Amino acid sequence: MARIEFIDVAHTYANGTPAADSDWALQPMTMTWDDGGAYALLGPSGCGKSTLLNIISGLVKPTRGRILFDGRDVTHAPPELRNIAQVFQFPVIYDSLSVRGNLEFPLRNRGWKTAEARRRAEQIAQLLELTADLDRPARGLGADMKQKISLGRGLVRTDVAAVLFDEPLTVIDPHLKWLLRRKLKQIHQELKLSLIYVTHDQTEAMTFADRVVVMSHGRVVQEATPEELFERPAHRFVGYFIGSPGMNFIPAQWREGSAWVGDVPITTQSRADPDAADIAVGVRPERLEARTAAGPNSVPARVLAVRDLGTHAMCTLDVDGARVRARLPDVADAAALTHLFIPPERSALYAVEWRLP
Amino acid sequence: MSTSRTVNQKAWFMVLPVLVSVAFSAIIPLMTVVNYSVQDILGPDQRVFVGMEWFRTVMRDSELHAALYRQLLFSIAVLVVEIPLGVLVAMAMPRAGWRASLALVLIAMPLLIPWNVVGTIWQIYAREDIGLLGHVLGILGVSYNYAQNSFDAWLTVLVMDVWHWTPLVVLLAYAGLQSIPDVYYQAARIDGASRWAVFRHVQLPRLRGVLLIALLLRFMDSFMIYTEPFVLTGGGPGTATTFLSQYLTQKAVGQFDLGPAAAFSLVYFLIILLCCFVLYNLVRADDHDGAGGQR
Repeated sequence: MARIEFIDVAHTYANGTPAADSDWALQPMTMTWDDGGAYALLGPSGCGKSTLLNIISGLVKPTRGRILFDGRDVTHAPPELRNIAQVFQFPVIYDSLSVRGNLEFPLRNRGWKTAEARRRAEQIAQLLELTADLDRPARGLGADMKQKISLGRGLVRTDVAAVLFDEPLTVIDPHLKWLLRRKLKQIHQELKLSLIYVTHDQTEAMTFADRVVVMSHGRVVQEATPEELFERPAHRFVGYFIGSPGMNFIPAQWREGSAWVGDVPITTQSRADPDAADIAVGVRPERLEARTAAGPNSVPARVLAVRDLGTHAMCTLDVDGARVRARLPDVADAAALTHLFIPPERSALYAVEWRLP
Repeated sequence: MSTSRTVNQKAWFMVLPVLVSVAFSAIIPLMTVVNYSVQDILGPDQRVFVGMEWFRTVMRDSELHAALYRQLLFSIAVLVVEIPLGVLVAMAMPRAGWRASLALVLIAMPLLIPWNVVGTIWQIYAREDIGLLGHVLGILGVSYNYAQNSFDAWLTVLVMDVWHWTPLVVLLAYAGLQSIPDVYYQAARIDGASRWAVFRHVQLPRLRGVLLIALLLRFMDSFMIYTEPFVLTGGGPGTATTFLSQYLTQKAVGQFDLGPAAAFSLVYFLIILLCCFVLYNLVRADDHDGAGGQR
């Protein structure tokens, strides 16, 4: 296990140095991955998550920057010298070996003694509930089982700096997916391994990880706990991407030292003055409250549509020409509503894209 | 129920053209051979049923035994050399780019040359007086003469076959290697696999299917070899390169022993059929096993 440091690491698949920042597959980033942490790399397809993962494992050599494992420079070290385990999106198994042989394979290659490798493989098989199938040939098993074996091969080594997962549950059916995700979390607590988990599924990221790294267009936009991502998105993209539906961004004007939505001055958590004219008030649909009269921080709203979801009502409203979504406790609230209250401690100002402190 | 049965019966007419063509190209000639193998046919109206007589003769023919033994040894040698060599060459070939295209074209070249021309090329190439190979060997002091030395002749036919047909194995193995997804190699690197372990546990298992096909094709072809040794030495020196098909031709056309020749044709046919049956089932078992696991 190790602390992994990225110092100004960037990558491009094209030749030469890109002219614009957006041409990087992975934009220059400096970051530290703590020893024993469970990280999720979250972002839409093509945002550079897999590139970042492959840079850590050494399958991709970054165009620039340095990578340190516990202070040791491994930028130029190939995967086999990095002590990294990686599980891929699709199951990779060794057809010629049994389930046991597959689990022992990484250990045997590293010169483990037969008895020790056997004991360790059995331990991992037990964790993943593969014990009954240990002596079956790995070929001919279903995709679920094969991916479990791949996971097992990733977890079997005790000395790894980190275990990397590249959307490993894509091929698994939903029920087993849920079980395996919990299992991984449990394994993380038991084995104290550093785990880095790539996914485009926010639920998966939020349930699995202690810290989530949100990426967009080859850039890390925020690295925080799941709770922080939800409550204090640093960037509009995080607001949209986390939560369902995403955060509301209500266009506002800056005058007289305050943000105005229409004729209402809005107070938020943000204290700094914006340095751009393009500002918006960001507030989660879950945080908006229905009001039947004007008041401080309450903006006039017109209900466009209401969907009754049983436990709550999801409303689409018009606020000063902008479309806003609000999650209200009851359909009756939506019917009586004339104003929406924006709680100051649950909202923030965003200048262009970024949250104002 | 009855209507659908009528429709099904009519459908049989659809297979009639195939049935007729197969009858004339395979079944009738084969039955003619069967006919000859159980009768002594002296003329159009003089025929005697001899039962298993010819088969007994054939089984006691020591020359034929020698030819069969020679043939088996040759086919085994062909497989032992060509399959590993083909895999090795395929693994050494470039994976992409213009180098890969160039290598493929160069490798495939021998496959385009007809059998008899291959024989002629090597016949001249290996001659000591005017052939490049034979002459160079002579200068180097290696005693080599395919026209007089039995082993040299046998070796020349083998080298010829290896030169001509290893490219087929290379092409099959190359296609098999290209179809292995990159992620398998990446996983093997991360698992710390040695070059040998990658070959043993990643490449070889995934080449199994194509190699079985290569084995099948090369066995059938080499077991029926005729043209090359015929062009090179006519089966000599002595009977050193008289393989089964040539011995059979000598019997049937040369000595006009049609009965024994027909009987042995059938035995020959059954040997090939049996080997193909076994290999075919191996291939199918392989496909079946893989079916659950392919993605």
